[in-house]
Amino acid sequence: MPIIIPTLDFAALIPILAIITTGLVVLLLDIYVEDKAVLGYVSLIGLLATAIACFGLLTQTVAPTFQNMLVSDGYSLVLDLIFVVTATLSIMIALSYLPARDMQSGEYYALLLFATSGMMLMGAATDLIVVFLGLEIMSIALYVLAAFNRRQLGSGEAGLKYFVLGAFASAFFLYGVALTYGATGSTNLQTIAMWFSANPAYAHNPIAMVGLALLLIGFAFKIAAVPFQWWTPDVYHGAPTSVTAFMSVGAKAAGFAALVRLLLVSFGAIPDWRWVISWLAVLTMTGGNIVALAQKDVKRMLAYSSIAHAGYILVGVVPGTPDGVKGILFYLMSYAFMNIGAFAVIALLEQRDQIGSSIESYMGLSSRKPLLALMMLFFMFSLTGIPPFIGFWGKWYVFWAAVKGGASWLAIVGMINSVISAFYYLSVVVQMYMRSPTEPSELEFAPLSLPVTLTIALAGAVTLLLGLWPTPLIKLTALGIFG
Amino acid sequence: MSFPILSLLIFFPILGGIALLGIGKENVKGIKIMAFIVSIFELLFSLPLWFSFDKTTYQMQFVERHSWISLFNIEYYLGIDGISILFVLLSALITILCVLVSWNSIEKKVKEFFVSLLLLEGAMIGVFCALDFFLFYIFWEAMLIPMFLLIGVWGGPNRIYAATKFFLYTLVGSLLMLVGIITLYIQGGNTFDILALAGQHYPVKLQLMLFWAFFAAFAVKVPMWPVHTWLPDAHTEAPAAGSVVLAGILIKMGAYGFLRFSMPILPEATSAMMMPMLVLSLIGIVYGGIICLAQTDLKRLIAYSSVSHMGFVTLGIFALNTQSVEGGILQMINHGVVTGALFLGIGMVYERTHTRKISDYGGLATNMPVFASFFLLFTLASVGLPGTNGFIGELLILLGSFLTKPWVALIAASGLIIGAWYMLWLYQRIFFNPVNSRWNGIKELDAREIATFLPMVILIFWIGLYPNSMLEYMHVSVAHLLEQVTGNTAGIPSGVEVAVDTAVKATSHLPQVSH
Repeated sequence: MPIIIPTLDFAALIPILAIITTGLVVLLLDIYVEDKAVLGYVSLIGLLATAIACFGLLTQTVAPTFQNMLVSDGYSLVLDLIFVVTATLSIMIALSYLPARDMQSGEYYALLLFATSGMMLMGAATDLIVVFLGLEIMSIALYVLAAFNRRQLGSGEAGLKYFVLGAFASAFFLYGVALTYGATGSTNLQTIAMWFSANPAYAHNPIAMVGLALLLIGFAFKIAAVPFQWWTPDVYHGAPTSVTAFMSVGAKAAGFAALVRLLLVSFGAIPDWRWVISWLAVLTMTGGNIVALAQKDVKRMLAYSSIAHAGYILVGVVPGTPDGVKGILFYLMSYAFMNIGAFAVIALLEQRDQIGSSIESYMGLSSRKPLLALMMLFFMFSLTGIPPFIGFWGKWYVFWAAVKGGASWLAIVGMINSVISAFYYLSVVVQMYMRSPTEPSELEFAPLSLPVTLTIALAGAVTLLLGLWPTPLIKLTALGIFG
Repeated sequence: MSFPILSLLIFFPILGGIALLGIGKENVKGIKIMAFIVSIFELLFSLPLWFSFDKTTYQMQFVERHSWISLFNIEYYLGIDGISILFVLLSALITILCVLVSWNSIEKKVKEFFVSLLLLEGAMIGVFCALDFFLFYIFWEAMLIPMFLLIGVWGGPNRIYAATKFFLYTLVGSLLMLVGIITLYIQGGNTFDILALAGQHYPVKLQLMLFWAFFAAFAVKVPMWPVHTWLPDAHTEAPAAGSVVLAGILIKMGAYGFLRFSMPILPEATSAMMMPMLVLSLIGIVYGGIICLAQTDLKRLIAYSSVSHMGFVTLGIFALNTQSVEGGILQMINHGVVTGALFLGIGMVYERTHTRKISDYGGLATNMPVFASFFLLFTLASVGLPGTNGFIGELLILLGSFLTKPWVALIAASGLIIGAWYMLWLYQRIFFNPVNSRWNGIKELDAREIATFLPMVILIFWIGLYPNSMLEYMHVSVAHLLEQVTGNTAGIPSGVEVAVDTAVKATSHLPQVSH
């Protein structure tokens, strides 16, 4: 029997390899370099190189490779760019946030890069096993990052909670993989689809259905969809703000990356999942928003609101059309800018022991730091989905895809939820602009540190400018098609 | 390509507002002067519209059209016709008055105030010029942000509640409209071009759904009963300039939306929904008027009177004949001028007394005779005294609605009586009752304040004595609009044709021949 050597096209791995290499370099340099901030800048250079590589690859398609385990298509590359943006902005926050809390260290940046590589793997995977590998690479790094502020009880709690529940979800996912394999005889996304189309009579066999349900539970946990969201507020609230910013966008995007490919490629012929996702979307939007209404802490409020945003994105999954996929990519990219921007403001204001994230501490911010308040106003209105900010276009895109795909009612539920969300986003603006400042002595601001200020300025500028002129991002996400 | 005058009108105040940011915070005087100059130039720039507008065509004029977001076929498409031109001009004028009335009354965050005001002006003019439904929506929503800040930052004691309520009410309506827009886009051949959307035929059921989706946005803005409750709060708490913009321009946008979108795009639904709309308008007229009688707060009273007056406007629009629609549009301008002037006056007197309670006043005519004369004129214009602009608008509306449904005009006319009652009673309580000694040393109007009133006085008499100078701008456009509404109703029996038929007969001076 001849030995077939599988095609190994490393071009498909370039972005992932670039990130992992950067991570390893950071780890190595960590031994020699005293000033750990340098490592952050090294990471940024690596991310920049990765971004360039992604842009270079965008025009060429690489066929599925590594025994059909991986693909480098428009979809995975646009996602890679989303992850790169997320990681870049979070590292810039961390460069200011970590030294202010004596948390500066080399492994922070290495872990963050490894998590990013896991996310990229999830976006490129065409096999459930590889999805699982990516999921674990990402999650394990994130568990550690969540607990990174070891002097603080809340951070440890966040890490442990995330770890225990995350492991539980991984088990669900793996069991789902096993059942799917049992039903269809393969873990490859394409082969699963072929099996379903070859055996339409077995399309609804219970093993495959239970397998899909378990897979969905695993993903629902990662993207923090209701009713699998219980871990989210505590983890997001307890973790260091720079980490929260990263995982609220990155982990969510990675979860969606694999979920969308799985549903559309493997289960595209079996539309039963549509109503499940529909109801998941309704529950997630509504649940996240209603609980967010009651929050008195801005960081926690954003944690719940990020649940709601997962719901809006799920609306884009329901139609299962290329429009929906592009809408999701657009939404994720815009969400990366506006949400991380908002977290950057929190990181800047946050005092030690998290005094600064309560909503009262935003009172009168516009008098003390007018530009900072203006940027926060941009982010809040953008998250609400008010033009001319980028968040509006994200919502528009997914709701448009839903209406076009025949799910108008979901779009209407989404709109109603936008109004609910307006209430708590507005309350931040109200505090900043319409209340008088508390005594200045009570809250002293740390001097504005350059990297986080840059992050806020960058995110704010993108939020506004791409809101006024969204065409570049629309064109980019239009490339996001399966190879 | 002709000079892009509409873009200039939209972006000049926006850029002016951004330029204001460059002035130092301490230089309060410089900020005010700069804002004033920007608003004056804006009016000057808008004058060519008035003079070079072609009144003989319903076609859009001063058109600018560029592709904006090609994936969704969204265009940057501007143009005005006889329906929108007057609102563009009014917006430019009212903003100047807002700058003037805010001269001394705004004490904190002066720079931010004028920046918001100018951004608001740009967005408002954008709303009236947009011919792409999506572009319209963007201006419509973007306007919310500066207005929210104007009410919430510089408003009265209960401002946060009022600002949030304003924002949420409007947002609910707008988002339902957005779903409607998407549906229309998909059904109407992937375009947002308002003119192209209007030329098509949609299933009646779809039209009705879309009508109510648009209604949600426009009726909240007008505001029509029963979604009017945000208005009294917003008006009461807003600073003087905010109230003037609200009364003068913002609430006109709802009625404008009916004229620009609901009627031409959904003609069958419009004629089918005529009765419900007329009834809602009547409720607004009578209910708003009666509520006015019970008010103890000066601004709240004028706010409820807006509900009543805007009821007349929507009544005119949905009575669907030439007189009533033209009357409705004219009455929008009139209401903008008169209620704007009333709010300006209240702003001035509030600056001196810091109370809005009617019972705190009394005998002000003794201390402020000039102010009392101005206010009397505005009061009379508000109740529709012949010779003032209010008379013309209300007369046209009543005449038009009488032709459609006589009993409607009858009930609406009772609103006029209530209107005279609460306005004159208000005037009596403020200016004539025994002199309240608290206001003995009160300052009379200064030159700036008189200058603020003068444009309004001129407009009141101008429209009142020579209404045709305004009406001639809209004749052709309104005729075309009604043709769009009634021309497409062939398959549906409705009162519209009858109404128009009667209207034609009634306006003809030839002896009637029986057929």
